[in-house]
Amino acid sequence: MNPNLKILKMPEIQNLTMNFGPQHPAAHGVLRMVLEMDGEVIQRADPHIGLLHRGTEKLVESKPYNQSIGYMDRLDYVSMMCNEHGYVLAIEKLLKITPPKRAQYIRVMFDEITRILNHLLWIGSHSLDVGAMAMFLYAFREREDLMDCYEAVSGTRMHATYYRPGGVYRDLPEKMPKYQPSQYRKDKDLKRLNEARSGSLLDFIEDFTDRFPKLVDEYETLLTENRIWRQRTVNIGVVSPDRAMQLGFSGPMLRGSGVLWDLRKHQPYETYAELDFDIPLGVNGDCYDRYLVRIEELRQSNHIIRQCIEWLRSNAGPVMIEDHKVAPPERLEMKDDMEGLIHHFKLFTEGYCVPEGETYTAIEHPKGEFGVYLSSDGANKPYRVKIRAPGFAHLSSMNEMVQGHMLADVVAVIGTQDIVFGEIDR
Amino acid sequence: MELSTRYELLASKIEAKIGDKLSRSPSSTGQLTYELSPADLVECCRFLHDAEDCKFEMLMDLCGIDYLKYGETEWDTAEATSSGFSRGVQGRANDDGELHREEDAKYSPKGRFAVIYQLLSITHNHRIQLKTFCEDAEHPIMDSVMPIWNCANWFEREAFDLFGILFRGHPDLRRILTDYGFIGHPFRKDFPLVGNVEMRYDPEKGRVIYEPVTIEPRTLVPRVIRTDNRYEPQLKDSKDA
Repeated sequence: MNPNLKILKMPEIQNLTMNFGPQHPAAHGVLRMVLEMDGEVIQRADPHIGLLHRGTEKLVESKPYNQSIGYMDRLDYVSMMCNEHGYVLAIEKLLKITPPKRAQYIRVMFDEITRILNHLLWIGSHSLDVGAMAMFLYAFREREDLMDCYEAVSGTRMHATYYRPGGVYRDLPEKMPKYQPSQYRKDKDLKRLNEARSGSLLDFIEDFTDRFPKLVDEYETLLTENRIWRQRTVNIGVVSPDRAMQLGFSGPMLRGSGVLWDLRKHQPYETYAELDFDIPLGVNGDCYDRYLVRIEELRQSNHIIRQCIEWLRSNAGPVMIEDHKVAPPERLEMKDDMEGLIHHFKLFTEGYCVPEGETYTAIEHPKGEFGVYLSSDGANKPYRVKIRAPGFAHLSSMNEMVQGHMLADVVAVIGTQDIVFGEIDR
Repeated sequence: MELSTRYELLASKIEAKIGDKLSRSPSSTGQLTYELSPADLVECCRFLHDAEDCKFEMLMDLCGIDYLKYGETEWDTAEATSSGFSRGVQGRANDDGELHREEDAKYSPKGRFAVIYQLLSITHNHRIQLKTFCEDAEHPIMDSVMPIWNCANWFEREAFDLFGILFRGHPDLRRILTDYGFIGHPFRKDFPLVGNVEMRYDPEKGRVIYEPVTIEPRTLVPRVIRTDNRYEPQLKDSKDA
């Protein structure tokens, strides 16, 4: 035998590195993930974020307080008013002002409308990623009604800028906007569409809350017992309660792992202490449990909205504080009264100065704990704003959650984390 | 603002054990805040995480802050009112770092960079805030708390990326939010809001190129500090307020 001939050995098969996103439709926007794969099995996942980084916090530092409320809408752009709420609450805490009761109830009602909006988008896109096409269409049908509520109250469907320090921008409208006749729409359809819109906004929302629980049942018939849905979510991305706390989880992600923690109950803000609702808890901490938790949250939010409607119907009153150093005076007052004119001018040119101090204020955002750290040196602009986005902590656990899972499960885990890049990249 | 009795109780328990390492900061919002030196950080965090009365099992937030321009304004207020002349000081708003600083001790913080920790105890339903100033403003460095709270991983990466604070013991301190190959730390107060470079596609070179930024920085609303009698404790009760 030729001594130069070596015995040929099979080469060691190296792990394959794969790029996931940022253009992948299941990457929910702009997630780039570098996956180290051993065949179909994930060895390591390294999310690269920041493709949507706009420097919101730096921009906020360059503007008077009120001009930045609109930036908050654009953080998590599927739960707009909740972001505003966190920011506005932080300012109110430093200013030591409390909005009128009616404004608090309006805020709570819209927070819960926002929660439903968020969870509907989540269930639509999550199930679409996993393979259930139809869910998306149903979820968006209901989102349309809720977007109309946003529009009726603020003039825009998404980026509302409705919450203001000291209350809300204006009271709930007495009339709901109607669909206009059009050559592309039959009269019969027009009548059907406008039927619920004949009364006030509250009537419209009440009509929605009457219909909604049955619609949630409908969603559940599509998914809860669905064999494919279960195969794709049960025992996927299991997180133990201890790990969930270590990884900084909050909201449905934490409750899905069985940790009883909801800021609305445990550190109540606004009027949540007066409202009756339950907190759903998961048992196994897998994607399926988190799905069940969010579905139940839809029902609970619906229940809260109904209580708010009841209260708002029987309690009229102001929706903004009277302190014109913070809140602008009425238009009429501004035209008639010198003092009112000065207040208006100062507020819209310079804004208001917030006393020196710092605060960390957190609310129960649909995705988890949305916290705003606000530091003021006494100026009319914040000195430093840090937005604690729940999705940021959730996504940082991606490596741990997908290790040992198949490639297709990565998509299920992204879905269950309810990733929105507006808030993660800020 | 006074702390609530619950937090007073918590504070007394914490201060009984590690009180010599912490100093309580006054808070206007009733939030319990401690300041501590970087050397004691990990030890104190370990205590706060483990001790039965504290049980701060969650780190909700970690952020950097740059105190370079704390208390600086772009607009004369009190002095100009008495003389009746223009308040805007020419060029001041757009100068780099040549701003007006109130001559007041409360606007002289203990260092340039600080790291702020927001802790949460689910067991006891408590929150506290910790603040540590980095000793060196040129090379800010801090111990990593990742071994205590794993979620500190990305928060520390973010503070490194945006402020240039280094975290000793962090296993993977890469940039996280800014672009690949980004230069500078954008959230530092001496980093311009408009940035230093802009990028565009160059059809001749057939690739994306970076160029010095062409837009002018401008201030739409100048930064002012006004003392408001309603918020000054010593003036609050006087009749003129």
